[in-house]
Amino acid sequence: MNDKLRVVHYLNQFFGQIGGEDKAGITPIDKPGHVGPGMALAAALGDAAQIVGTVICGDTYFGENMDKATDEVVELISKYQPDLVIAGPAFNAGRYGTACGAVCAAVAERLKVPVVSGMYPENPGVDMFRSKVYIVETGDSAAGMRQAVPKMAALALKLVAGQAVSPAVDGYVSRGIRENYFAETTGAARAVEMLVKKLKGDAFTTEYPMPKFDRVEPNAPIADMSKATIALVTSGGIVPKGNPDHIESSSASKFGRYSLEGVDTLTADSHQTAHGGYDPVYANQNPNRVLPVDVMRDLEREGVIGKLHNTFYATVGNGTSVANAKKYAAAIANELVEAKVQGVVLTST
Amino acid sequence: MRLELGRINISDVQFGPATEVRGGVLYVNREAVQALVLEDERLVKADIELARPGEEVRIIPVKDVIEPRVKVSGSGQVFPGVLGKVDTVGDGRTNVLSGAAVVTTGRIVGFQEGIIDMSGPGAEYTPFSKLNSVVLVAEPVEGLAQHEHEAAIRKAGLRLAAYLGEAARNVEPDSVETYEYLPLPQQLAAYPDLPKVVYVYMLQSQGLLHDTYVYGVDAKRILPTLISPTEVMDGAIVSGNCVSACDKNTTYHHQNSPVIHELLKRHGVDYNFLGVVITNENVTLADKERSSSYTAKLVEMLGADGAIVSEEGFGNPDADLIMNCTKLERKGIRTTLVTDEYAGRDGASQSLADANPLADAVVTAGNANQVIVLPPMKRVIGHPSAANVIAGGWDGSLAADGSITAEIQVITGCTNELGFSYLTAREV
Repeated sequence: MNDKLRVVHYLNQFFGQIGGEDKAGITPIDKPGHVGPGMALAAALGDAAQIVGTVICGDTYFGENMDKATDEVVELISKYQPDLVIAGPAFNAGRYGTACGAVCAAVAERLKVPVVSGMYPENPGVDMFRSKVYIVETGDSAAGMRQAVPKMAALALKLVAGQAVSPAVDGYVSRGIRENYFAETTGAARAVEMLVKKLKGDAFTTEYPMPKFDRVEPNAPIADMSKATIALVTSGGIVPKGNPDHIESSSASKFGRYSLEGVDTLTADSHQTAHGGYDPVYANQNPNRVLPVDVMRDLEREGVIGKLHNTFYATVGNGTSVANAKKYAAAIANELVEAKVQGVVLTST
Repeated sequence: MRLELGRINISDVQFGPATEVRGGVLYVNREAVQALVLEDERLVKADIELARPGEEVRIIPVKDVIEPRVKVSGSGQVFPGVLGKVDTVGDGRTNVLSGAAVVTTGRIVGFQEGIIDMSGPGAEYTPFSKLNSVVLVAEPVEGLAQHEHEAAIRKAGLRLAAYLGEAARNVEPDSVETYEYLPLPQQLAAYPDLPKVVYVYMLQSQGLLHDTYVYGVDAKRILPTLISPTEVMDGAIVSGNCVSACDKNTTYHHQNSPVIHELLKRHGVDYNFLGVVITNENVTLADKERSSSYTAKLVEMLGADGAIVSEEGFGNPDADLIMNCTKLERKGIRTTLVTDEYAGRDGASQSLADANPLADAVVTAGNANQVIVLPPMKRVIGHPSAANVIAGGWDGSLAADGSITAEIQVITGCTNELGFSYLTAREV
């Protein structure tokens, strides 16, 4: 043995020289040393690294048995005690790209070593795994191999060395991770500079490209409200007095579910807000202002709605990331569907 | 309007028998200051502490930071409408104790204030670690209503700053800078060939501990209006807000409003800086529509070609920011925005609560959700247990050894959206 970096390469049946689509069902195997495009990769990695093994799996087998195949592939990879794992490049091959992404993500998580793959930006594996895996942008077919491999190798070596990398310099698909750093000039100076360029028609780079918004189609209306069970859900932070779940005043790490069994109205003694982002005085005086239990009970008595669901859900919207908000919403929605709730009054602040 | 700012550099702060400036040192008469603060019957306790750059000191929770200034000549006094009579400021001579600050702390109202570390990793994230600070720890009378409590502490800080500023009245400044703001027709005639630029200055106005005052008027009650850069330098805008302290403008930020100063630097060279439009960030949709439409109209009436829009806060005000931006852009006024981000602790989330493709020129002051560990300090001024409940902290943020693990959201001025600091973010 020597001091060279130990690299394991993952390939599908085609690039692994087993065969074409007819061999796509093969289970994972490993071979010592490099195979197929591994030769070019080994050359690009140079003397500092050595491809100690190659793991090959059929795309169909992987796609149809994703969890099992991931376990099997990672098991084979781990035998080689790698310092670095490289998968593909998969170009625009969807199943192969997905497999490369899944293998890399699992290796990164379980073996804690750097991983790099390469794909065409429209490969479905990119969207699925770019937040967890460095994916070098490649052409859409194997004709792009010569350009892709050196970029993958260079990025991989930087990651192993712990050097800073960026999509612009290293040619990988942005992982969508926002990372703080200290700039050379103040934000105000940068804003003036950007405006001057914009006014002159010169090229400028925004520091925050606008995301695409997720639009939700409304459901069909409830046909008969008088038979419907309606739930209350709020991001306004209304919780039982004392905030028993310690929901944070900002950047909430959780949501709470609380009983409304036998509760006719909320009072300053029974409930409060945990929210730190608005004037809490009025919500604390009368929590119905944010979570209208009193009015919902009226509507229930008047027969306008069938029933108020006997559990309400609450979190704090203040400073809570959109990703976390989505996660809590999905979990709450599942419980409401399970409880056969037909409608939700969602209050914010 | 022509304002001279005379800066007296302060390199140290000490207690002394008289409040005065000698040899670059600010001496503070502790008893006199305490007595001054306790003139307000709403306060029962007023401790004065000093904190200097590099000391192992933490101030928590922080309500406001204020720069001591005094009007030497010209009408009005600093913080008009809050202290003394309401008269127009922004003209004449104002002296500044540069490098000094008043910091207010105490058990404020709820879970809602910031942290200043004078040394260690946290110090890099706040500009206030570099100031020689006179810290007021003020506690209210029992049972004081929250709005009254907030007002009492706010006013105490401003009064203390004005009191200290008096010490600068007859001191020869180390430097004097002159700022001139011409009547509009002259301003327009001065640089007829340059693009015309307006600064849209968004003021937080969402309610208790989220308010800003203009000449003493609660900003939620204003229509967007014009203000001179020099009025802002004289304290026409003061802070009443500190929730999620990272991106709330302290009074110090307003007094040294950085977009104004940066725009003045290149005025007459790259553009013609026409002035400042202040607007608010109210909580109802009707208010947001009214203020953003009025702002865009006002900027259009001024004939501007471009605008910088700065936000204060996040979430709800992101809607105001995007409304201001889109309404300006649709009138053909090119805009640049200054904001910060809430991208989650892992940085993987969408950063703003609103978005629009017209917002194509954005400056970011960083991701406020980033987690930081603030090591224990030898001396803590205020109430360290606030760390468990302030915005950006969580139950357990304060460890037994006194260290604090929390989001940088807790650090006063950390991701300031006036663009006061250097922190920013990029996608990796």
